[in-house]
Amino acid sequence: MSTTSNNFSSKQDPKGPKRKRPANAEEEHAKLNESDEEMFAQLDSTVFKRFFYYASPYKKAMLVATLAVIGFTLANLAVPLLVKFGIDNAIRQDDSSLLAIIAISLVGVAGLYWFTNFLQNVLITRVALTVLYDIRGDMFLQLQRLAMSFSDKTPIGALMARMFGDVGALQEMLESSIDIIGDFLTLFGIVVILLVLDVQLALVTLALVPLLFLIRIVWQPFARRAFLRMRRNSSVVGVYLDQNVSGIRVVQALNRQEENHGIMGGKVKTFFWSSIRASRLGGVLMPTVELMTGTALALVLVVGGGRVLSESIEIGTMVAFLLYVQRFFEPIRTLTMHYALLQRAVASGHRIFELLDIPLTVNDKPDAKPIGDIEGRVEFNNVTFGYDPERPILKNISFVAEPGQTVALVGPTGSGKTSITALAHRFYDVQEGSITIDGQDIRDVTQMSIGGVMGMVLQEPFLFSKTVLENVSYNTHNATREDVVAACKIIGAHDFVMQLENGYDSTLEQRGTNLSVGQRQLLSFARALVADPKILVLDEATANIDSYTERIIQDALKKLLEGRTALVIAHRLSTIRNSNKIIVVREGEIVESGTHDELVDSTGLYSQLWQTNYTSFDDIAKNADDISDVPKGST
Amino acid sequence: MWRIVKLTLQYRWHFGIAALFAAVTSVISLFVPKLLGEGVDEALTLIEGGTASRGDVESLLLGTGLTVILFSALRGTTGFAQMFLGETLSQRVSNELRMLYFDKLQVLSFSFHDKVHTGQLMSRGLSDIEGVRGFVQSGLVQIVRVVIVIVAAGVFMAMIDLQLALLSLSFVPFMVYRSARLRLQLRTTWRKIQDALGELTTTMQENLAGVRVVRAFSAQKYEEAKFDVTAREVVDLRMSAARTHAYGGAAISFAFLVAWAVVLWVAGEKVIDGELTIGQLTQFFFYLALLRFPVRMIVMIINSTARASSAGGRVFEVLDIPSEIDNNAAAQPLDVTEGTVRFDNVSFSYGDAPALRNISFEARKDHTIGIVGAPGSGKSSITNLIPRFYDPTIGTVSIDGTDLRDATVLSVRQAIGLVEQDPFLFDGSIKDNIRYGDVDASDEKVVAAATIAQIHDFIESLPDKYETELGERGVGLSGGQRQRVAIARTLLTNSPILVLDDSTSSVDAGTDARIRLALKELTMGQTTIIIAHRLDSLRHADEIIVLDNGEIIERGNHDDLLVLNGHYKNLWDIQRGRGVEEGD
Repeated sequence: MSTTSNNFSSKQDPKGPKRKRPANAEEEHAKLNESDEEMFAQLDSTVFKRFFYYASPYKKAMLVATLAVIGFTLANLAVPLLVKFGIDNAIRQDDSSLLAIIAISLVGVAGLYWFTNFLQNVLITRVALTVLYDIRGDMFLQLQRLAMSFSDKTPIGALMARMFGDVGALQEMLESSIDIIGDFLTLFGIVVILLVLDVQLALVTLALVPLLFLIRIVWQPFARRAFLRMRRNSSVVGVYLDQNVSGIRVVQALNRQEENHGIMGGKVKTFFWSSIRASRLGGVLMPTVELMTGTALALVLVVGGGRVLSESIEIGTMVAFLLYVQRFFEPIRTLTMHYALLQRAVASGHRIFELLDIPLTVNDKPDAKPIGDIEGRVEFNNVTFGYDPERPILKNISFVAEPGQTVALVGPTGSGKTSITALAHRFYDVQEGSITIDGQDIRDVTQMSIGGVMGMVLQEPFLFSKTVLENVSYNTHNATREDVVAACKIIGAHDFVMQLENGYDSTLEQRGTNLSVGQRQLLSFARALVADPKILVLDEATANIDSYTERIIQDALKKLLEGRTALVIAHRLSTIRNSNKIIVVREGEIVESGTHDELVDSTGLYSQLWQTNYTSFDDIAKNADDISDVPKGST
Repeated sequence: MWRIVKLTLQYRWHFGIAALFAAVTSVISLFVPKLLGEGVDEALTLIEGGTASRGDVESLLLGTGLTVILFSALRGTTGFAQMFLGETLSQRVSNELRMLYFDKLQVLSFSFHDKVHTGQLMSRGLSDIEGVRGFVQSGLVQIVRVVIVIVAAGVFMAMIDLQLALLSLSFVPFMVYRSARLRLQLRTTWRKIQDALGELTTTMQENLAGVRVVRAFSAQKYEEAKFDVTAREVVDLRMSAARTHAYGGAAISFAFLVAWAVVLWVAGEKVIDGELTIGQLTQFFFYLALLRFPVRMIVMIINSTARASSAGGRVFEVLDIPSEIDNNAAAQPLDVTEGTVRFDNVSFSYGDAPALRNISFEARKDHTIGIVGAPGSGKSSITNLIPRFYDPTIGTVSIDGTDLRDATVLSVRQAIGLVEQDPFLFDGSIKDNIRYGDVDASDEKVVAAATIAQIHDFIESLPDKYETELGERGVGLSGGQRQRVAIARTLLTNSPILVLDDSTSSVDAGTDARIRLALKELTMGQTTIIIAHRLDSLRHADEIIVLDNGEIIERGNHDDLLVLNGHYKNLWDIQRGRGVEEGD
């Protein structure tokens, strides 16, 4: 998975984005991976505040849900009371008609129970799902904005896990929150009812509760640790599975199945033992609670029995006590369960909100306007930029691309060409100087509108698993089928598209793997042609494309560049020769610029290259790749 | 569904003991109401009879109380044992399933992996297996307990009063009926939810992987809308599941409470008529209170069963796919003597689209075969056939005269070292990555391989050298560096046949030349097949095959092909940077 995220910058400019940007990204990453334990240390209120922020639009539903819970709890608590009433006032007084009334009201209570039970569950699920839907949407947005810098480092798998696993944990918590409220209300209600029925007996019975809390306090830290360990081991298993699915070709080519089976087995076993430990710790509360319940029942029997004998209480009261005591410890047990859920959700919430809180480096100004209609003049004024401001990758870059001109950027690997194109599209903001389109600083206009006038063809063409038609007309909503076919014909992609099973309606496989790299490249050209931007940024993919279709590509390129301002990271001399201006970049600085003829006549780097007759410009710095990729100071 | 049960029953003893504990727990828990009821009853008779002294009554109550405590402690212990065993059982089953799934994925052919999205495979491997686990834990074992509680409570109650017992249990048929319906409804919904979640995963994954395209086309809004539609669908589906679930659960609880009312009424009348004692009435209520447990459980069980049967279905779907590449029964390990790779009239297609037609060539020891061709001309298909990632449709691929289909897959792959254009590196140290194919390789061998691949100096320049971590928490490598690590990884296996599939495309020409030189010295006695678009890399090959549209259109060595003045020559000119002018 990391392969894709690496590719954009890897060919030309591996070191820049990869080595320096992480100054930020790594930090972010470290924060996100901060150990769960530390997070638990502070069950801090911010997470809850954020929840409430998200839940606030659904106040009404939550209010109704809370009322439903109260109704539900009352119905639940009323049953033993009615039984007591029935025994003491009807049965023992031989009053049949009263008994009938009580039985019928019990049916009424059952009806209330039904209704409120249904209502509370449905309402709370709706609120939970909608809140989670909102959070997930926000995460998606944030990831989209961040992905440029963030996902270079973090494998997509990890991001996805956060999106699904953590959001799932939150959902579980929200859904069971209603039970938690219900449990608390039940506990509270039982205590009140018991006290009202008979203070003395109630106090004797409830004397056990502090003891239970004491046990829980001792138990808590152990259980938490075991629980966390289990979760961590489970995610280790997940990551390993992901690696093997992504690297399946290597696994099979190198016959690692046996070895990997063993490794996976080991990880699964570790997970198994940690889960056993966790369940042992979770389960140990069970006999404790049972013992408590039994003792409480016995107390009611002995003490209550004594009080019945002395006629301080009725026999029905004692029965009610016995029924309540049975219910009393049940919520205590489930509360334990829910507490674990809550902890998990808080950890997940932390991670989610941390992700949402990462500040965006590139933002629209509040008064940003759309860029409007443009001629297509692109100008770099003294631009200095580094992914880490301390270490600039580009120094004092100035040049102009007049409307309709093609400007070729050439230079050895790692000279900063890719960074120039990324800046033109405002993937990042410059540290010094400015970039303007038709005289407007690109920081003063909306990012959306820049996308509308500027197209981009990437070196590593990415296609979605959709049809050819959908891929070529990607995000150009008014493009018709005819437009797509016309563009493919111009580009020279029509023939191979027609050879696909369903022509333009053939669905591409994951990342377009049923096409060759060259074919994918042609489709991405067609895509740019359909979008028809005034300015085109193009990273020539000669390193990956097959020379065989070189000519088709060259022709296509000529047509694509026609009438547009173009910034081309060029590798091929033929492309370079045909451009209006050549800018030679080396170590982040412009060392030469001019037309092909001018440069050949000079004695600079370009003319040397031309003399040596190399096929590609990347060849000049043989070791540029090696030297510059050392991640100094990182580890 | 049954397959999950069958899988669970492999652990017969484990399951048996867990079920036994469940049964014991249920029965013990039923004794408590009996004791309490009798306690109440005896106290009452004593009071009403007025014969016994207060002390007698108190000691009787004390005795009952102590017995209650004893039984509760016992029940807690067996309950714990049951829960613990149930959970370990569920872990064992899910872990077994996890391993089966993992192993299956490892052997499934490339055509499968090409088609099925990684996100889909992951969601099956993680959440679906978890769903199955939930079922074994809260479904299979608990159902035993639910049934026993109901049956035993029925028996106990019938011993007191048959009519009342029947009335108390009157809600059970209704519960069974509702549960069955609920199960059916939930199963369909769960399946839909899982599919929708899979789709959501895919959308998400593509969006992140293709983030640069999304940005370049300012398509954030479009992607958001797409994501939104699927996310909405998930919400709606889950909502409908929740509604069904809540409605069914509430209805069952209602029926249960109505049973309380009926019992109170009828039993109350009986007490008034003197047919029943107050203590017996109390007992009935305690039994009813106990039945709260199965009523609560049954809805959970139904939900987890429904989820498991669809989740299990998704997992077994993968497990049941026959692997297209399989050892035939008589397969022998391949005995590589010379390392001669031969294609005899090979035709091959992926599905319907023909990829190769009538390909014949031979690659011998100490020889290098170069393959060039347009995108889609079939070069990569050839490399896929050699390690038998696919089988040819017509014709044979053989090594030293043995048809690959007659050799074991393992031995074929051991004989072949393949380097791909876009190699995958695993999370872990560089060293571990290089010795991925031979975990026991010595450091010297690792260094030697890295040196040939021209990556040693770079690795040495890293702070942690060969121990540098790659991947999530580690260093990101450039495309060229990844390719070189991959070359080292393959070289280490020292296979007699080396297949390089455009494996230096991102390495600059100078380094490429040095790799080639180093390889030349090393590949004494090896058979080498190189696919490249950079003709410089192939210049020195003994034979170059030019492919077009799945067929061989030209072949010969570099000089022959130049003389031929055909495709190859044309290509050569283009690459020398002069072709375009001539073409214009």
